[in-house]
Amino acid sequence: MKAYLILEDGSVYEGENVGASREAVSEIVFNTSMTGYLEVMTDPSYAGQAVVMTYPLIGNYGICHEDMESDRPWIDGLIVRELSEVASNFRNEDSIQNFLIKNNIPCICGIDTRDLTKRLREHGTMNGFITVDSSFVVEKILQRIKEYSVKGVVKRTSTKEAYSLPGKGKRVVLIDFGAKKNIARQLQKRGCEVIVVPCDTKAKEILKLKPDGIMLSNGPGDPKENVDIIEEIKKLYDTDIPIFAICLGHQLIALATGANTYKLRYGHRGGNHPVKDLETGRTYISSQNHGYAVDESTLDKNICVPAFVNVNDGTNEGLRYINKKIFTVQYHPEACPGPRDSSYLFDKFIKMMED
Amino acid sequence: MPRNNDIKKVLVIGSGPIVIGQAAEFDYAGTQGCLALREEGVEVVLINSNPATIMTDKDIADEVYIEPLTAEFVKKVIKKEKPDSLLPTLGGQAGLNLAMELFEEGFLKKENVRLIGTTSLTIKKAEDRDTFKQTMEKIVEPIAASKVVENVKDGVEYAKTLGYPVVLRPAYTLGGSGGGIVYNEKELIETLENGLRLSRVGQVLVERCIAGWKEIEYEVMRDGIGNVITVCNMENIDPVGVHTGDSIVVAPSQTLGDKEYQMLRSSALNIITELNITGGCNVQYALNPDSFEYCVIEVNPRVSRSSALASKATGYPIAKVAAKIALGYTLDEIKNAVTKKTYAAFEPMLDYVVIKMPRLPFDKFISAKRELGTQMKATGEVMSICNNFEGGLMKAIRSLEQHVNSLLDYDYSKLDTESLKSELQRVDDRRIWVIAEAIRKGISFEEIHKITKIDIWFISKIANIVKTENRLSSEILDEELLKEAKRIEFPDSLIAKLSNKGEEEIKTLRYRLDIRAVYKMVDTCAGEFKAQTPYFYSCYGGSNEAKRSYRKKVLVLGSGPIRIGQGIEFDFCSVHSTWEFKRLGYETVIINNNPETVSTDFDIADKLYFEPLTPEDVESIVDIEKPDGAVVQFGGQTAIKLTQSLMKMGVPILGTDAKDVDAAEDRELFDKILEECKIPRPRGETVYKAKEAKEAANRLGYPVLVRPSYVLGGQGMQIATNDNDIDGFMEIINRIAQEHPILVDKYILGKEIEVDAVCDGKDILIPGIMEHIERAGVHSGDSISVYPVQSLSDTVKSKIVEYTKRLAKALHIKGMINIQFIADGEDVYVIEVNPRSSRTVPYISKVTGVPIISLATRAICGESIKDMGFGTGILREPDLVAVKMPVFSFEKIKGADISLGPEMKSTGECLGIGKNFNEALYKAFVGAGIRLPKHKKMIITVRDSEKSKVIDIAKRFQALGYIIYSTKGTAKVLNDNGVNAIVIRKLEEEGPNILDLILSHEIDIVIDVPMRGIAGSKDGFIIRRNAIETGVNVLTSTDTAKALVSSLENEKDEISLIKI
Repeated sequence: MKAYLILEDGSVYEGENVGASREAVSEIVFNTSMTGYLEVMTDPSYAGQAVVMTYPLIGNYGICHEDMESDRPWIDGLIVRELSEVASNFRNEDSIQNFLIKNNIPCICGIDTRDLTKRLREHGTMNGFITVDSSFVVEKILQRIKEYSVKGVVKRTSTKEAYSLPGKGKRVVLIDFGAKKNIARQLQKRGCEVIVVPCDTKAKEILKLKPDGIMLSNGPGDPKENVDIIEEIKKLYDTDIPIFAICLGHQLIALATGANTYKLRYGHRGGNHPVKDLETGRTYISSQNHGYAVDESTLDKNICVPAFVNVNDGTNEGLRYINKKIFTVQYHPEACPGPRDSSYLFDKFIKMMED
Repeated sequence: MPRNNDIKKVLVIGSGPIVIGQAAEFDYAGTQGCLALREEGVEVVLINSNPATIMTDKDIADEVYIEPLTAEFVKKVIKKEKPDSLLPTLGGQAGLNLAMELFEEGFLKKENVRLIGTTSLTIKKAEDRDTFKQTMEKIVEPIAASKVVENVKDGVEYAKTLGYPVVLRPAYTLGGSGGGIVYNEKELIETLENGLRLSRVGQVLVERCIAGWKEIEYEVMRDGIGNVITVCNMENIDPVGVHTGDSIVVAPSQTLGDKEYQMLRSSALNIITELNITGGCNVQYALNPDSFEYCVIEVNPRVSRSSALASKATGYPIAKVAAKIALGYTLDEIKNAVTKKTYAAFEPMLDYVVIKMPRLPFDKFISAKRELGTQMKATGEVMSICNNFEGGLMKAIRSLEQHVNSLLDYDYSKLDTESLKSELQRVDDRRIWVIAEAIRKGISFEEIHKITKIDIWFISKIANIVKTENRLSSEILDEELLKEAKRIEFPDSLIAKLSNKGEEEIKTLRYRLDIRAVYKMVDTCAGEFKAQTPYFYSCYGGSNEAKRSYRKKVLVLGSGPIRIGQGIEFDFCSVHSTWEFKRLGYETVIINNNPETVSTDFDIADKLYFEPLTPEDVESIVDIEKPDGAVVQFGGQTAIKLTQSLMKMGVPILGTDAKDVDAAEDRELFDKILEECKIPRPRGETVYKAKEAKEAANRLGYPVLVRPSYVLGGQGMQIATNDNDIDGFMEIINRIAQEHPILVDKYILGKEIEVDAVCDGKDILIPGIMEHIERAGVHSGDSISVYPVQSLSDTVKSKIVEYTKRLAKALHIKGMINIQFIADGEDVYVIEVNPRSSRTVPYISKVTGVPIISLATRAICGESIKDMGFGTGILREPDLVAVKMPVFSFEKIKGADISLGPEMKSTGECLGIGKNFNEALYKAFVGAGIRLPKHKKMIITVRDSEKSKVIDIAKRFQALGYIIYSTKGTAKVLNDNGVNAIVIRKLEEEGPNILDLILSHEIDIVIDVPMRGIAGSKDGFIIRRNAIETGVNVLTSTDTAKALVSSLENEKDEISLIKI
């Protein structure tokens, strides 16, 4: 069955439908990772977005459920050049085709994904409409496409109930804004007891848990939308509890302390972005997935200073807070997918809690 | 960290002659590295014995020494040039070993030369088997259980504890020389003895066999402050057990999930950090297909064949970045040359699939074993890029130029299921064709996987190709099917054959449906950033990124994979011509598919198309680029073969006209021209069948030369002495369908002379006349060639010049011409004319200082030779002598006959330049790796007709203190003539016989001149093979032997260094 992707600039891409045959309006973003499609699909930060994989062969090693970064896929749609008909890996449990259908996610294959990527790069991230109904009239649906925006996704992806993961070491409260599972795994691996709490948990509730440290997770959407959460984070900032924040968490605490964020033209999504540690001069290859960034010109130097910068485009990749046990990064030290080169940051967080 | 300003003058060591395991990739890396150094204002001193390389150009390095790559010569260069640093990581294993040798003996320290780009400790940790093992254990990186042994007894004992099979890996050898998988004690002893001998340090690793695991490679980089990145990972389709150089390789890996990918990536970065690498490094892994278990197989702390492949596969210039790191820069300070926006501190992301296939020499070595193992056999490789795997494979197959365009072309259809299953167990270069047939016969993927251990994903992709073959031959060819066939890169010819239509018909249909190739850019970043570098590959479906410019434009056709007979020298020619066209204001477009070469570096031409060199693939590019002309005379036979097709596409051939090219190749036309020019040639006839050939031979009188027309490297050329030989040869020749007739010529035993000349249609410039040491009958590429000629009379010389002039004029040559003559006394005959650039052009350019290719290119563009400043006619001879010595890789190819004849067998060459002939000859032998004397014992056994010639040679060896052993007949002649020769028993006689003597490791040289023709004895074959595999120098021509003894006689003279 044919499937179509219509973008808000009016361009139409035709391919084959290989997932669920439902319609979807979403923000279209591209990811340049060559492996890790399951991790991408199940990363809650993609809630409200449909993902174009720039690597043309997807599904080669099937689905290994333990690699899921949350309990379900969050993407609104998957756009690929070719979906492998045969999956081969010793851990493979299911085909990607089945997985998509089971989870009601539309997928178009046979798309010139390079052309689409270049269009998104030139135009900036755009909304799009995925459909299997060939009778669409572009002009009629453009309005609907343009009107779409990613909204309310933090609440949607966050855990509804607090839960705790056992550990004999430090107690960390992880605020779940749409957290990838590997954040908690990384902490647990280092012996931590991890208490995962919903995104709207009040600061005083968190303090009651007597955490040794607080972890602000990644998550989807425009950070500025989370007005209430930002308020609570300001209160956490005022305590002396060590805080480590990733991605959306990093943006939220920046907002809480008076800085501003802005939407990037087409974001950073992939596993090859170089970030430079401004203190040591070392550069690390990082896993990234963000459409917004902290505006460095709005930082109050008495509160925080840039700690990491993106070598490619000079955007902010991390902050160090003055006279606070707080450091935050824009990228993903928990990897999955992508390079594990920055996992040392979790060790740094542990050490910070121990000091 | 900015550049270290203490580094002002750097010595770069090249990799020497092309041998199997060390090919053009080091010219690519070396050239890029040298240019990167010079870009930073560093003075570069280069030593390399290989004159066919681009790196030995005066434009690439400041001071160039074409001298043997031995410690002695490198020391001389260091003493003379006084460099402050030595960069040893660009010259492959040869360069690295030399640097280590100089370091270990304290020479570098004494001369105040520091190693840059690596440290001796790094090299030791990576290369010394024991230290490597300890290092890996320290950082908890698993390696296969193994032990270093220095004698056979320890090896046998350790193998018992592991259980067979075990793998043997000699330390410090190239391309896995002397190693392999052994299945029992007998094989172990044999291989281990050999390996211990080949290892520079007499060590061999005996290792647990992990054959069948996935073989994965990572190309990683690290800078001086510890930044680490991965350039690319690659997966071998052939599991562990086949040398990666002989494997079909795909980039990026296809069957690894993110968890496996990142696990190995982290491991590789962990390893280069521990080894303290500053530059590029290759790490090879075996990955258990059924778990996360892995083993580190090998680490190469330098640029390598794999790094060249990774550079071409990703657009990331590893050698360039490595050179900058050696100067002190960090990765985040070095600009990404492709995007010009981002930096070298990032990891390339591919949005396509890259496939590499090896070019194996079994077409040259018909008797060789085709089995692939841990010892590399490929002479070269091709790479293809596509957005799907099937298409990449189909493109790679036809890029090989082995008369194979599809998975149907090796025919296994007659085998039944059982025979196929047993055929699947054979690991050779045709395995994927067997798999395709197994799929056709309905053998399940699982079963094929069980036998071959090739991942099911790859098998399923081969099955997709088979499925499309079946559909094409059974269904109606509609738009959907045609699109699918083109998507996976079926050539029109194959679609036509399968669907029972004509090729033109398919093309017309395709154009009518607008199914045309589009071109996508290789940009290192999967489209994330705008790239500046026009490096393209084709695919079907989607938008086209290659935009036609309207500048004056020339298409340069490359020479494809390196193979015996068509080597790196044609890349030299293609690149130089491209550069000259650029200087003349043309936009240049290169098409080539060889990842090892300089021509496929993305900043050589204005545009690079990484594509097969078939008419259809070229036409698709022509459709978009609409070049003003194409130049075919620099890309060897690969390019010449495209002449007719290009004309049909309406692309003018620049330089010599196609009809004149044809006249040089077509027997009848050529004979007519010779007649008109009054130039004699050996009598000959044109035939198609064996019967006609025999009749012709009898008319001409034996011996005769038999060969197909339109070939390079003397492929299929043989000397026949009787009717039986002709029957045998015709059978071999006709194994490949011949479109062109077969030539039978009277064989004249004389001096072989070769000339390269530039002609503008009116005037001619002959940079030099070369003379071959071996008499006619040995292929020119395999003969020792001397410039300027040493033994020709002025009459002969002027005849040669005159004939060259006449021929160049008669053929209306514009550009290059290469002519081979035979001089028999004062008579001169033409035996071959090639209206194109030849193998000898690079070396003559270097020795004479005449930029031959530039001049030829200018002549092609209409400039007159008179205005070029080098005069006309023959160039004055220089005061020095240059000897080009062929280099062979026989020890790598089990079962190959090493005797020299009209079919070329050498893989590379080196050059000796001296003040006089003897000095040049000595250097040439040393450069070719013949380092004598060792034990001063030799064997002489020659056929009757050569016996008288060998007496003088034997006398001279004896005078040098050699003990001579001979078989009965030869010994008698020698003893009768005053040479002491000890009689040894023949092979068929009981031991100790000649073979035992060879295997005793005390023989320096074997002079074995076999009988001509097919009857050339089987005994001789066994003797020569064993000698080669024991590391003995074997000479199969008395002329070569004479040259060698002259060289040894003059060894004690003081040797000078000559800067070109």
